[in-house]
Amino acid sequence: MAVKQIGTDNFETEVLQTEKKVVVDFWAGWCGPCQMIGPLIEQLSEEMPEIKFVKVNVDDELELAGKYKVESIPTLIVFAAGKEVKRQVGALPKTAIRQFIEN
Amino acid sequence: MTEIYDVVIVGAGTAGLTAAIYGRRAGLKVLMIEEGIYGGQIVNAQSVENYPGIMKISGYQFANNLYEQATGLGAELVTATVTSLIRITAEKIIPPVKQIQFEDGVTRSIQFDPIYSDSNRELKEGWEVKTTAGDYKTRTVILATGVKKRKLEIPGEENWLGKGISYCATCDGAFYKDRTVAVIGGGNTALADAEYLAQTCKKVYVIHRSRVFRGDLDTEKRLKAKDNVEMRVNTILTGLEGDERLEALKLRDALTGADWELQVDGLFVAIGQEPANKAFRSVVQLDPQGYIMADEDCKTNAPGIFAAGDCRTKQVRQLTTAAADGTIAARAARIYINTKQKGR
Repeated sequence: MAVKQIGTDNFETEVLQTEKKVVVDFWAGWCGPCQMIGPLIEQLSEEMPEIKFVKVNVDDELELAGKYKVESIPTLIVFAAGKEVKRQVGALPKTAIRQFIEN
Repeated sequence: MTEIYDVVIVGAGTAGLTAAIYGRRAGLKVLMIEEGIYGGQIVNAQSVENYPGIMKISGYQFANNLYEQATGLGAELVTATVTSLIRITAEKIIPPVKQIQFEDGVTRSIQFDPIYSDSNRELKEGWEVKTTAGDYKTRTVILATGVKKRKLEIPGEENWLGKGISYCATCDGAFYKDRTVAVIGGGNTALADAEYLAQTCKKVYVIHRSRVFRGDLDTEKRLKAKDNVEMRVNTILTGLEGDERLEALKLRDALTGADWELQVDGLFVAIGQEPANKAFRSVVQLDPQGYIMADEDCKTNAPGIFAAGDCRTKQVRQLTTAAADGTIAARAARIYINTKQKGR
Protein backbone atom coordinates (compact mmCIF):
# COMPACT_ATOMS: atom_id res chain seq x y z
CA MET A 1 0.00 0.00 0.00
CA ALA A 2 1.51 3.37 -0.91
CA VAL A 3 2.08 5.89 1.87
CA LYS A 4 -0.61 8.60 1.87
CA GLN A 5 0.16 12.20 2.80
CA ILE A 6 -2.32 13.43 5.43
CA GLY A 7 -3.00 16.55 7.46
CA THR A 8 -5.18 18.12 10.16
CA ASP A 9 -8.31 17.67 8.06
CA ASN A 10 -8.16 13.92 7.83
CA PHE A 11 -5.92 12.89 10.75
CA GLU A 12 -8.97 11.89 12.79
CA THR A 13 -10.41 9.55 10.16
CA GLU A 14 -7.16 8.24 8.69
CA VAL A 15 -5.32 7.58 11.95
CA LEU A 16 -7.47 7.76 15.08
CA GLN A 17 -10.56 6.01 13.75
CA THR A 18 -8.73 3.22 11.91
CA GLU A 19 -8.91 -0.42 12.99
CA LYS A 20 -5.40 -1.26 11.83
CA LYS A 21 -2.19 -0.23 13.58
CA VAL A 22 -1.06 3.05 11.96
CA VAL A 23 2.50 4.36 11.56
CA VAL A 24 2.72 8.14 11.06
CA ASP A 25 5.93 9.47 9.50
CA PHE A 26 6.51 13.15 10.39
CA TRP A 27 8.95 14.59 7.82
CA ALA A 28 10.03 17.69 5.88
CA GLY A 29 11.70 18.25 2.52
CA TRP A 30 14.78 19.95 3.95
CA CYS A 31 15.52 17.13 6.38
CA GLY A 32 18.19 14.73 5.06
CA PRO A 33 17.52 11.79 7.36
CA CYS A 34 13.76 12.10 6.54
CA GLN A 35 14.59 11.67 2.86
CA MET A 36 16.72 8.64 3.71
CA ILE A 37 13.92 6.80 5.45
CA GLY A 38 11.17 7.90 3.05
CA PRO A 39 11.84 5.08 0.57
CA LEU A 40 12.23 2.60 3.44
CA ILE A 41 8.76 3.50 4.75
CA GLU A 42 7.35 3.04 1.22
CA GLN A 43 8.96 -0.40 1.00
CA LEU A 44 7.70 -1.42 4.44
CA SER A 45 4.17 -0.30 3.53
CA GLU A 46 4.26 -2.88 0.72
CA GLU A 47 5.88 -5.56 2.84
CA MET A 48 3.65 -5.11 5.90
CA PRO A 49 0.06 -4.92 4.55
CA GLU A 50 -1.40 -5.44 8.02
CA ILE A 51 -0.08 -2.00 9.02
CA LYS A 52 -1.25 1.35 7.63
CA PHE A 53 1.47 3.89 6.84
CA VAL A 54 0.82 7.62 6.43
CA LYS A 55 3.03 10.71 6.37
CA VAL A 56 2.71 14.28 7.62
CA ASN A 57 4.79 17.12 6.16
CA VAL A 58 5.58 19.30 9.19
CA ASP A 59 6.16 22.41 7.04
CA ASP A 60 2.53 22.27 5.92
CA GLU A 61 1.19 20.94 9.21
CA LEU A 62 3.18 22.66 11.98
CA GLU A 63 0.12 22.77 14.21
CA LEU A 64 -0.48 19.03 13.88
CA ALA A 65 3.18 18.39 14.67
CA GLY A 66 2.88 20.63 17.71
CA LYS A 67 -0.27 18.83 18.84
CA TYR A 68 1.63 15.55 18.92
CA LYS A 69 4.70 17.21 20.44
CA VAL A 70 6.94 16.44 17.48
CA GLU A 71 10.08 18.57 17.90
CA SER A 72 12.60 16.63 15.92
CA ILE A 73 12.29 14.88 12.60
CA PRO A 74 12.06 12.22 11.39
CA THR A 75 9.67 11.01 14.07
CA LEU A 76 7.63 7.86 13.60
CA ILE A 77 4.59 7.46 15.84
CA VAL A 78 2.68 4.18 16.09
CA PHE A 79 -1.05 4.54 16.80
CA ALA A 80 -3.40 1.71 17.81
CA ALA A 81 -7.10 2.14 18.65
CA GLY A 82 -6.77 5.90 18.38
CA LYS A 83 -3.92 6.23 20.90
CA GLU A 84 -0.19 6.73 20.60
CA VAL A 85 1.60 3.49 21.48
CA LYS A 86 5.22 4.51 20.99
CA ARG A 87 7.49 6.73 18.96
CA GLN A 88 10.92 6.71 17.39
CA VAL A 89 12.89 9.94 17.05
CA GLY A 90 15.64 9.88 14.44
CA ALA A 91 16.41 7.77 11.37
CA LEU A 92 17.01 4.04 11.54
CA PRO A 93 17.95 1.44 8.93
CA LYS A 94 15.07 -0.60 7.48
CA THR A 95 15.51 -3.71 9.65
CA ALA A 96 15.49 -1.56 12.79
CA ILE A 97 12.35 0.33 11.68
CA ARG A 98 10.59 -2.98 11.07
CA GLN A 99 11.63 -4.24 14.51
CA PHE A 100 10.42 -1.01 16.13
CA ILE A 101 6.99 -1.38 14.49
CA GLU A 102 6.62 -5.07 15.23
CA ASN A 103 7.70 -5.17 18.89
CA MET B 1 31.87 -22.84 1.45
CA THR B 2 32.09 -19.52 3.27
CA GLU B 3 32.33 -16.47 1.09
CA ILE B 4 35.63 -14.69 1.43
CA TYR B 5 35.74 -10.97 0.83
CA ASP B 6 38.76 -9.03 -0.36
CA VAL B 7 37.76 -5.98 1.67
CA VAL B 8 35.27 -5.53 4.48
CA ILE B 9 34.65 -1.85 5.12
CA VAL B 10 33.31 -0.91 8.55
CA GLY B 11 31.14 2.17 8.09
CA ALA B 12 29.33 3.45 5.01
CA GLY B 13 29.93 7.18 5.29
CA THR B 14 31.91 9.20 2.77
CA ALA B 15 35.23 7.43 3.44
CA GLY B 16 33.70 3.94 3.45
CA LEU B 17 31.61 4.48 0.31
CA THR B 18 34.59 5.95 -1.57
CA ALA B 19 36.74 2.97 -0.55
CA ALA B 20 33.96 0.69 -1.84
CA ILE B 21 33.95 2.47 -5.22
CA TYR B 22 37.72 2.22 -5.63
CA GLY B 23 37.75 -1.36 -4.37
CA ARG B 24 35.09 -2.46 -6.86
CA ARG B 25 36.75 -0.69 -9.75
CA ALA B 26 39.93 -2.63 -8.91
CA GLY B 27 37.93 -5.85 -9.17
CA LEU B 28 37.86 -6.60 -5.45
CA LYS B 29 34.97 -8.31 -3.64
CA VAL B 30 33.69 -5.64 -1.27
CA LEU B 31 31.30 -5.67 1.69
CA MET B 32 30.32 -2.60 3.72
CA ILE B 33 28.96 -3.02 7.23
CA GLU B 34 26.90 -0.09 8.51
CA GLU B 35 25.02 -0.02 11.82
CA GLY B 36 22.79 2.98 11.03
CA ILE B 37 21.72 4.61 7.81
CA TYR B 38 24.40 4.94 5.14
CA GLY B 39 25.89 8.31 4.23
CA GLY B 40 27.42 9.26 7.55
CA GLN B 41 27.48 12.75 9.05
CA ILE B 42 26.88 14.62 5.81
CA VAL B 43 23.25 13.46 5.61
CA ASN B 44 22.38 16.10 8.22
CA ALA B 45 23.88 18.95 6.20
CA GLN B 46 21.28 20.92 4.30
CA SER B 47 23.70 22.36 1.81
CA VAL B 48 27.22 21.37 0.79
CA GLU B 49 28.90 24.14 -1.16
CA ASN B 50 32.60 23.43 -0.74
CA TYR B 51 33.03 20.06 -2.43
CA PRO B 52 35.28 20.66 -5.44
CA GLY B 53 33.36 20.33 -8.67
CA ILE B 54 29.95 20.51 -7.04
CA MET B 55 28.54 24.03 -6.74
CA LYS B 56 25.77 23.14 -4.32
CA ILE B 57 24.20 19.90 -3.21
CA SER B 58 22.19 18.69 -0.22
CA GLY B 59 23.97 16.37 2.17
CA TYR B 60 21.30 13.77 1.52
CA GLN B 61 21.77 13.94 -2.26
CA PHE B 62 25.55 13.72 -1.94
CA ALA B 63 25.31 10.65 0.31
CA ASN B 64 22.72 9.03 -1.92
CA ASN B 65 24.85 9.58 -5.03
CA LEU B 66 27.83 7.93 -3.32
CA TYR B 67 25.66 5.02 -2.21
CA GLU B 68 24.22 4.43 -5.68
CA GLN B 69 27.66 4.68 -7.20
CA ALA B 70 29.14 2.12 -4.81
CA THR B 71 26.26 -0.35 -4.91
CA GLY B 72 25.82 0.13 -8.64
CA LEU B 73 29.38 -1.09 -9.04
CA GLY B 74 28.52 -4.18 -7.01
CA ALA B 75 29.58 -3.30 -3.48
CA GLU B 76 27.44 -5.12 -0.90
CA LEU B 77 25.99 -3.50 2.22
CA VAL B 78 24.81 -5.20 5.39
CA THR B 79 23.16 -3.55 8.41
CA ALA B 80 25.00 -4.71 11.52
CA THR B 81 27.35 -3.59 14.29
CA VAL B 82 30.89 -4.99 14.32
CA THR B 83 31.70 -6.48 17.71
CA SER B 84 35.27 -7.70 17.13
CA LEU B 85 38.00 -8.53 14.64
CA ILE B 86 39.79 -11.87 14.91
CA ARG B 87 43.02 -12.55 13.08
CA ILE B 88 43.09 -15.62 10.86
CA THR B 89 46.48 -17.22 10.29
CA ALA B 90 47.41 -20.60 8.97
CA GLU B 91 50.59 -22.47 9.37
CA LYS B 92 52.83 -21.60 6.52
CA ILE B 93 55.42 -24.13 5.41
CA ILE B 94 58.32 -22.64 3.50
CA PRO B 95 59.84 -25.39 1.36
CA PRO B 96 63.62 -25.66 1.44
CA VAL B 97 65.46 -24.27 -1.57
CA LYS B 98 65.71 -26.95 -4.25
CA GLN B 99 68.47 -27.45 -6.76
CA ILE B 100 66.89 -28.10 -10.14
CA GLN B 101 68.62 -28.99 -13.36
CA PHE B 102 67.06 -27.25 -16.33
CA GLU B 103 66.93 -28.37 -19.94
CA ASP B 104 69.89 -26.18 -20.78
CA GLY B 105 72.00 -28.27 -18.41
CA VAL B 106 72.39 -25.52 -15.81
CA THR B 107 71.43 -26.31 -12.22
CA ARG B 108 69.67 -23.44 -10.50
CA SER B 109 68.46 -22.82 -6.91
CA ILE B 110 64.68 -22.47 -6.85
CA GLN B 111 62.60 -21.23 -3.90
CA PHE B 112 59.07 -22.53 -4.34
CA ASP B 113 56.01 -20.71 -2.95
CA PRO B 114 54.96 -21.45 0.66
CA ILE B 115 52.52 -24.30 1.25
CA TYR B 116 49.69 -23.87 3.75
CA SER B 117 48.94 -26.56 6.27
CA ASP B 118 45.46 -27.20 4.93
CA SER B 119 45.26 -27.46 1.21
CA ASN B 120 41.64 -26.45 0.63
CA ARG B 121 40.70 -22.99 -0.63
CA GLU B 122 39.76 -21.39 2.71
CA LEU B 123 41.23 -18.07 3.68
CA LYS B 124 44.79 -18.60 4.87
CA GLU B 125 45.49 -15.19 6.26
CA GLY B 126 43.10 -12.42 7.00
CA TRP B 127 40.44 -11.31 9.41
CA GLU B 128 37.18 -12.62 10.72
CA VAL B 129 34.78 -9.73 11.24
CA LYS B 130 32.26 -10.63 13.95
CA THR B 131 28.99 -8.68 13.86
CA THR B 132 25.50 -8.66 15.33
CA ALA B 133 24.24 -10.14 12.05
CA GLY B 134 26.80 -12.82 11.33
CA ASP B 135 30.53 -13.28 10.82
CA TYR B 136 32.47 -12.44 7.68
CA LYS B 137 35.88 -13.60 6.48
CA THR B 138 38.05 -11.16 4.59
CA ARG B 139 41.58 -10.56 3.40
CA THR B 140 41.60 -6.93 4.50
CA VAL B 141 39.58 -4.54 6.63
CA ILE B 142 39.07 -0.81 6.19
CA LEU B 143 37.86 0.91 9.33
CA ALA B 144 35.79 3.96 8.35
CA THR B 145 33.70 4.44 11.47
CA GLY B 146 33.78 8.24 11.49
CA VAL B 147 32.75 10.16 14.59
CA LYS B 148 29.60 10.57 16.67
CA LYS B 149 28.29 13.64 18.45
CA ARG B 150 29.47 13.77 22.03
CA LYS B 151 26.74 13.32 24.64
CA LEU B 152 26.36 15.34 27.82
CA GLU B 153 26.10 12.23 29.98
CA ILE B 154 23.73 13.91 32.38
CA PRO B 155 20.63 12.07 33.68
CA GLY B 156 17.53 12.84 31.61
CA GLU B 157 19.44 13.33 28.39
CA GLU B 158 18.20 10.04 26.91
CA ASN B 159 14.58 10.56 27.98
CA TRP B 160 14.19 14.03 26.55
CA LEU B 161 15.73 13.45 23.14
CA GLY B 162 13.16 14.99 20.81
CA LYS B 163 11.37 16.42 23.84
CA GLY B 164 13.57 19.42 24.34
CA ILE B 165 17.02 18.01 23.65
CA SER B 166 18.54 18.06 20.19
CA TYR B 167 21.97 17.58 18.64
CA CYS B 168 21.16 19.30 15.37
CA ALA B 169 20.06 22.94 15.33
CA THR B 170 19.50 23.06 11.58
CA CYS B 171 17.38 19.90 11.77
CA ASP B 172 15.17 20.84 14.71
CA GLY B 173 15.40 24.62 15.10
CA ALA B 174 12.16 25.20 13.17
CA PHE B 175 10.16 23.62 15.99
CA TYR B 176 11.35 26.25 18.48
CA LYS B 177 10.00 29.31 16.71
CA ASP B 178 9.44 32.18 19.18
CA ARG B 179 10.66 29.99 22.06
CA THR B 180 13.57 30.22 24.46
CA VAL B 181 16.48 27.85 23.86
CA ALA B 182 20.03 27.27 25.00
CA VAL B 183 23.04 26.05 23.04
CA ILE B 184 25.80 24.38 25.00
CA GLY B 185 29.33 24.34 23.59
CA GLY B 186 32.31 26.51 22.81
CA GLY B 187 33.35 25.72 19.26
CA ASN B 188 32.25 26.57 15.74
CA THR B 189 29.24 24.29 15.77
CA ALA B 190 27.87 25.89 18.95
CA LEU B 191 28.34 29.41 17.59
CA ALA B 192 26.88 28.57 14.17
CA ASP B 193 23.94 26.81 15.83
CA ALA B 194 23.27 29.85 18.03
CA GLU B 195 23.38 32.18 15.03
CA TYR B 196 20.93 29.96 13.13
CA LEU B 197 18.56 29.65 16.09
CA ALA B 198 18.63 33.40 16.79
CA GLN B 199 16.74 33.89 13.53
CA THR B 200 13.63 32.00 14.68
CA CYS B 201 13.79 31.79 18.47
CA LYS B 202 12.68 34.47 20.89
CA LYS B 203 15.83 34.08 22.98
CA VAL B 204 19.04 32.06 22.67
CA TYR B 205 21.44 31.46 25.55
CA VAL B 206 24.93 30.22 24.74
CA ILE B 207 26.35 28.21 27.64
CA HIS B 208 30.10 27.54 27.74
CA ARG B 209 32.16 26.15 30.57
CA SER B 210 35.28 28.21 29.77
CA ARG B 211 35.81 31.93 29.47
CA VAL B 212 36.94 31.91 25.86
CA PHE B 213 35.17 30.48 22.82
CA ARG B 214 37.20 28.27 20.48
CA GLY B 215 35.07 29.04 17.48
CA ASP B 216 35.21 31.69 14.80
CA LEU B 217 35.73 35.18 16.23
CA ASP B 218 33.55 36.90 13.62
CA THR B 219 30.59 34.64 14.41
CA GLU B 220 31.12 35.33 18.10
CA LYS B 221 31.08 39.09 17.51
CA ARG B 222 27.90 38.89 15.44
CA LEU B 223 26.24 36.83 18.14
CA LYS B 224 27.18 39.30 20.87
CA ALA B 225 25.64 42.09 18.81
CA LYS B 226 22.25 40.35 18.62
CA ASP B 227 19.54 41.51 21.01
CA ASN B 228 18.11 38.06 21.56
CA VAL B 229 21.38 36.23 22.28
CA GLU B 230 22.95 36.05 25.72
CA MET B 231 26.38 34.47 26.20
CA ARG B 232 27.00 32.79 29.55
CA VAL B 233 30.65 31.80 29.82
CA ASN B 234 32.31 30.11 32.79
CA THR B 235 29.04 28.24 33.14
CA ILE B 236 28.80 24.51 33.75
CA LEU B 237 25.69 22.41 33.13
CA THR B 238 25.12 20.34 36.27
CA GLY B 239 21.64 18.93 35.64
CA LEU B 240 18.46 18.80 33.58
CA GLU B 241 14.98 19.41 34.99
CA GLY B 242 11.59 18.58 33.63
CA ASP B 243 8.63 16.25 33.63
CA GLU B 244 7.38 14.97 30.30
CA ARG B 245 9.80 17.23 28.51
CA LEU B 246 12.89 19.28 29.31
CA GLU B 247 11.90 22.40 31.24
CA ALA B 248 15.01 23.87 32.82
CA LEU B 249 18.80 23.66 33.04
CA LYS B 250 20.68 23.49 36.32
CA LEU B 251 23.79 25.60 35.95
CA ARG B 252 26.79 26.51 38.03
CA ASP B 253 29.10 29.49 37.83
CA ALA B 254 32.59 28.04 37.43
CA LEU B 255 34.22 30.97 39.19
CA THR B 256 31.95 31.56 42.20
CA GLY B 257 30.44 28.10 42.54
CA ALA B 258 26.96 29.63 42.64
CA ASP B 259 24.11 27.42 41.39
CA TRP B 260 21.22 28.73 39.34
CA GLU B 261 18.40 27.52 37.10
CA LEU B 262 17.50 28.57 33.58
CA GLN B 263 14.10 27.80 32.14
CA VAL B 264 14.29 26.75 28.50
CA ASP B 265 12.05 25.13 25.90
CA GLY B 266 14.99 23.45 24.24
CA LEU B 267 18.68 22.62 24.63
CA PHE B 268 20.96 22.16 21.62
CA VAL B 269 24.06 20.15 22.40
CA ALA B 270 27.21 21.10 20.47
CA ILE B 271 30.06 19.88 22.66
CA GLY B 272 32.14 18.18 20.02
CA GLN B 273 32.58 14.78 18.45
CA GLU B 274 34.23 11.55 19.40
CA PRO B 275 35.23 8.38 17.56
CA ALA B 276 33.59 4.98 18.16
CA ASN B 277 36.43 2.49 17.93
CA LYS B 278 36.12 0.56 21.20
CA ALA B 279 35.45 -2.72 19.38
CA PHE B 280 38.87 -2.55 17.72
CA ARG B 281 41.05 -1.43 20.59
CA SER B 282 42.65 -4.82 21.11
CA VAL B 283 43.61 -5.01 17.45
CA VAL B 284 44.66 -1.51 16.32
CA GLN B 285 46.40 1.24 18.25
CA LEU B 286 44.16 4.09 19.36
CA ASP B 287 45.28 7.51 20.54
CA PRO B 288 44.13 8.83 23.98
CA GLN B 289 40.98 10.32 22.41
CA GLY B 290 40.09 7.00 20.77
CA TYR B 291 41.09 7.80 17.18
CA ILE B 292 42.83 5.04 15.20
CA MET B 293 46.50 5.77 14.79
CA ALA B 294 47.21 6.05 11.08
CA ASP B 295 48.45 8.82 8.84
CA GLU B 296 48.09 9.73 5.15
CA ASP B 297 48.92 6.19 4.04
CA CYS B 298 45.91 4.95 6.06
CA LYS B 299 47.95 2.04 7.46
CA THR B 300 47.39 0.89 11.00
CA ASN B 301 49.76 -1.22 13.07
CA ALA B 302 47.71 -4.33 12.24
CA PRO B 303 48.51 -6.22 9.02
CA GLY B 304 45.77 -5.82 6.43
CA ILE B 305 43.78 -3.28 8.46
CA PHE B 306 43.49 0.29 7.19
CA ALA B 307 41.79 3.37 8.64
CA ALA B 308 40.00 5.96 6.53
CA GLY B 309 38.13 9.18 7.26
CA ASP B 310 37.29 10.98 10.50
CA CYS B 311 37.98 7.90 12.64
CA ARG B 312 41.75 8.12 12.24
CA THR B 313 44.22 10.60 13.71
CA LYS B 314 44.24 13.62 11.41
CA GLN B 315 44.17 17.41 11.37
CA VAL B 316 41.47 18.10 8.79
CA ARG B 317 38.10 16.35 8.81
CA GLN B 318 36.16 17.19 5.67
CA LEU B 319 34.35 15.36 2.86
CA THR B 320 37.38 15.82 0.62
CA THR B 321 39.84 14.28 3.08
CA ALA B 322 37.43 11.43 3.83
CA ALA B 323 37.13 10.67 0.12
CA ALA B 324 40.92 10.88 -0.23
CA ASP B 325 41.37 8.37 2.60
CA GLY B 326 38.82 6.01 1.05
CA THR B 327 40.82 6.08 -2.19
CA ILE B 328 44.15 5.52 -0.48
CA ALA B 329 42.92 2.78 1.83
CA ALA B 330 41.30 0.85 -1.03
CA ARG B 331 44.51 1.06 -3.05
CA ALA B 332 46.60 0.00 -0.07
CA ALA B 333 44.28 -2.96 0.49
CA ARG B 334 44.63 -4.03 -3.13
CA ILE B 335 48.44 -3.84 -2.99
CA TYR B 336 48.45 -5.75 0.30
CA ILE B 337 46.33 -8.53 -1.22
CA ASN B 338 48.52 -8.77 -4.32
CA THR B 339 51.68 -8.88 -2.22
CA LYS B 340 50.25 -11.62 0.00
CA GLN B 341 49.21 -13.69 -2.99
CA LYS B 342 52.81 -13.73 -4.14
CA GLY B 343 53.68 -15.42 -0.87
CA ARG B 344 55.88 -12.76 0.62
